[in-house]
Amino acid sequence: MTETTTNATLFEQLGGEAAVDAAVDIFYRKVLADYRINRFFNGVDMDTQAAKQKAFLTMAFGGPANYSGKDMRDAHARFVKMGLDDSHFDAVMENLVATLAELNVPQNLIDQVDAIAQTTRADVLGK
Amino acid sequence: MTRIKFGEHTFETEDNETVLKTLLRNNMQAPYGCKAGVCQCCLMRSLDNAPPEKSQVGLKDTQQKQNYFLACLCQPENDMTVALPNTKSAWLEAEVIEKTDLSTNIIFLKLKSKEPLAFFAGQFVNLRRDDGVIRSYSIANSHNAEHALEFHIRILPNGQFSRWVADELTIGRTLSLSHAQGDCHYVEGKTEQSLLLIGTGTGLAPLYGIIRDALSTHNHQGEIHLFHGSHDVTGLYLEEKLTVLTQKYPNFHYTPCLSGKVNDEKYTQGRANDIALQKFPKLNGWRVYLCGQPEMVNNAKKMAYLQGASLSSIYADAFIY
Repeated sequence: MTETTTNATLFEQLGGEAAVDAAVDIFYRKVLADYRINRFFNGVDMDTQAAKQKAFLTMAFGGPANYSGKDMRDAHARFVKMGLDDSHFDAVMENLVATLAELNVPQNLIDQVDAIAQTTRADVLGK
Repeated sequence: MTRIKFGEHTFETEDNETVLKTLLRNNMQAPYGCKAGVCQCCLMRSLDNAPPEKSQVGLKDTQQKQNYFLACLCQPENDMTVALPNTKSAWLEAEVIEKTDLSTNIIFLKLKSKEPLAFFAGQFVNLRRDDGVIRSYSIANSHNAEHALEFHIRILPNGQFSRWVADELTIGRTLSLSHAQGDCHYVEGKTEQSLLLIGTGTGLAPLYGIIRDALSTHNHQGEIHLFHGSHDVTGLYLEEKLTVLTQKYPNFHYTPCLSGKVNDEKYTQGRANDIALQKFPKLNGWRVYLCGQPEMVNNAKKMAYLQGASLSSIYADAFIY
């Protein structure tokens, strides 16, 4: 083991609530500006959507999750009908990783966030 | 131990207990979701003492100023009287003290509340006439000692309330007034920040209030850019006053925009939101206020965000006629 072990949770290491707020602003802007996926966000209320993005990022950051896999599945069902597939999920993940890199998050923490977010793939895509 | 007053009830908190926990333990109906300060479902407001700062994390600064807090994070340090955000409170009585025409179809109405009333320019109140018809109007002036509120009321051809204001409401008459609501208002601090304000029609009313609040009450130093849009010149109903304001304050800039025909070079042709957002493609660090037609407000909100304004710095008020 070369890595020092620490008792701080991933959420704490990332900077907690304040870090989520900083990330949401950048992440959601990237998503809305991404031509590959932004059609899924047409006509949605931005504040509501930003709150959802915040809940998602909080979960991916290892913080408290306030929704279940079933919630995730139900919420995305209509997008699956519109053609939501792995390529779109990958695009979102790309934006998430780019956001963290922009915030100078160390690569080992980015990898952990990535791994947690990936666990939602099956539910999001209704598989 | 502190006391929490909620409606008719008063509860004592136990050690380190949150307001949410106190309410739930006493079988009160209080909404909540994550219990972790994330979802904001348990948003409440203190009507007296300021809540601990920790319980206001993630709220807009306008909400913080109005003592909103998240019940799940709030371990009260002082006694508090708390309420749910949309609890309808008592109506106040107000008297009409001034009524004049701002243009052919916009009326300036000034009311004086008979009781002290806390508000910020740009917030809105509900006005209710005796038969119960209620309409919301934005406040166009800053808080003042005489508790007077100014409104710009657009007369709609079949407007039940606005036609009554135009035809029947006279000076000296009274009507009912709600407490001020909404978070579209100026916030103290950051006086160097650039402000972008875009309004269509009487969406100018709250913006005019915010601008005067910023300039004369708070001595705002940053640049303030107002874009007011109308179809034709009759809708640019504060042109004169705003032009005078630009002469008095060099950091205030006013761009009147006409979406219809333009016969005078002092007006810019096009939609106010398009013109403003083209002129300022980078809005990082700006504060943005958007008031008027819902379509304009929603589009401009998205564009301002994509151009760099953070979501918590965009204040929007969509007018539904």
